[in-house]
Amino acid sequence: MYDLAVVSAGLSRPSSTRMLADRLAAATADALGGQARVHAFDLRDHARALADNLVTGFPGGALREVLETVTGADGLIAVTPVFNASYSGLFKTFFDVVEPGALEGTPVLLGATGGTARHSLVIDMAMRPLMAYLRATAAPTGVYAASEDWGSGETGLAARIERAGGELAALVAARTPAARPDPYAEPVPFAELLGATGS
Amino acid sequence: MQFGIFSVGDVTPDPTTGRAPTEHERIKAMVAIANKAEEAGLDVFATGEHHNPPFVPSSPTTMLGHIAAITERLILSTATTLITTNDPVKIAEDYAMLQHLADGRVDLIMGRGNTGPVYPWFGKDIRDGIALAVENYHLLHRLWREDVVDWEGKHRTPLQSFTSTPRPLDGVPPFVWHGSIRSPEIAEQAAYYGDGFFANNIFWPKEHYQRLIGLYRQRFEHYGHGSADQAIVGLGGQVFMRRNSQDAVKEFRPYFDNAPVYGHGPSLEEFMAETPLTVGSPEQVIERTLRFREHFGDYQRQLFLVDHAGLPLETVLEQIEILGEEVVPVLRKEFQIGRPAHVPDAPTHASLRAAAEKAVA
Repeated sequence: MYDLAVVSAGLSRPSSTRMLADRLAAATADALGGQARVHAFDLRDHARALADNLVTGFPGGALREVLETVTGADGLIAVTPVFNASYSGLFKTFFDVVEPGALEGTPVLLGATGGTARHSLVIDMAMRPLMAYLRATAAPTGVYAASEDWGSGETGLAARIERAGGELAALVAARTPAARPDPYAEPVPFAELLGATGS
Repeated sequence: MQFGIFSVGDVTPDPTTGRAPTEHERIKAMVAIANKAEEAGLDVFATGEHHNPPFVPSSPTTMLGHIAAITERLILSTATTLITTNDPVKIAEDYAMLQHLADGRVDLIMGRGNTGPVYPWFGKDIRDGIALAVENYHLLHRLWREDVVDWEGKHRTPLQSFTSTPRPLDGVPPFVWHGSIRSPEIAEQAAYYGDGFFANNIFWPKEHYQRLIGLYRQRFEHYGHGSADQAIVGLGGQVFMRRNSQDAVKEFRPYFDNAPVYGHGPSLEEFMAETPLTVGSPEQVIERTLRFREHFGDYQRQLFLVDHAGLPLETVLEQIEILGEEVVPVLRKEFQIGRPAHVPDAPTHASLRAAAEKAVA
């Protein structure tokens, strides 16, 4: 059984960003033969906690659990609305409070929504570099859904979702989760710390 | 068990009046706070070290030397001494001098500092933070214990036939604690030397500090300094008290809401739930502080932060009075109950000298 975390930065309720996120999660779970537990989070619910985290340096109660689930997941689906030519500030804030290294090697499926298809390169020009910085493994296909995609079977949204879900599922299934050493359980011995200084 | 005050030394406008103390007023206020700590029967005063506004204490041994002259009992400490950007040779000299002037009433908490530009201002690279802490302290440790030192490392010029003067008082170096907010390497370092470990215990939830202290205790035992529960642990804490807890909350709220470190973020109530901050009656502070022992084990030193965020000096002095009259006497008694006999007190100059004499005999 794989754990899939879903992070959606949509702000309205109901949200087309969340709708896309759910479709991507379902497609991934299908491609994994149903062997997936989906943990979906709307960042809107944690907007204040995220701002607090920026100020205090630590995540409060519920946000802490979201971060633990996301960084511990076998695969991540990250979806944002396009705001002013990029991901939303809320989306970025979430990834700003993820501990360094915590998403290293995690397979990620990227999605974005917007009013028109003109913003679709946000996935490749903004989201993909962010994932590269976090050393997450982004699936080759990112899915952008414009408003018109929800009203037409001809834009190929369903096919893109299926292909992207298949790609994430393949990455998840192929991955041996890297053991992240716990520096509290296995500290670097002092002799090694001192040896590295040359004194 | 030792109790005391630690001060960051920030110059912050009082949010209720908009007035900030001058640097001169703030420096004198820190001295008054230390004086009051002794008067109120507390054991320790520790000053921060900073090299940028709005902080005043850039020269801790000057301040502590002055306080040494006007107090008799108080242990003078730092929170923290920048082991990364200070020359370890100068730390060895300055604090040995202070130790003589204060007749041994001196110890230090080492820290790496958290202000990025301080590293380049002092010719260092912040990416070397851990390496600097390790190398510099190793040299400092030798300078206080070996009369003549030959040394070569990566981060300062080599030494040949160097003697740090004055030699530590009675040949007993000041006791050292290592403070860290998030580095297991520093807990490892403290454990290796059998030094103390200080967790500031202010900014973050206790679970975080539990991991650091747990690691330190376990490695203290690993390195053969005693059992894990004999490791020397110090904790910070942050309190504001009035007889009625509602009065405390009402009076402290504007200072909390505008505090430089965490203001304009979570509410006072949320921050109290998530971190060890206690704003309330003396009884609530006692109750909360006693719980630290359940979280971290029997420990040796408790320092309180009471003088930040623009609180007026008069208010701060009242807080120290309440600590001395109502809180600390109860804590001393309660912490003693059920404390195993083999758990040591925090080392002092007298205890370290006695141990050294015993080792020779």
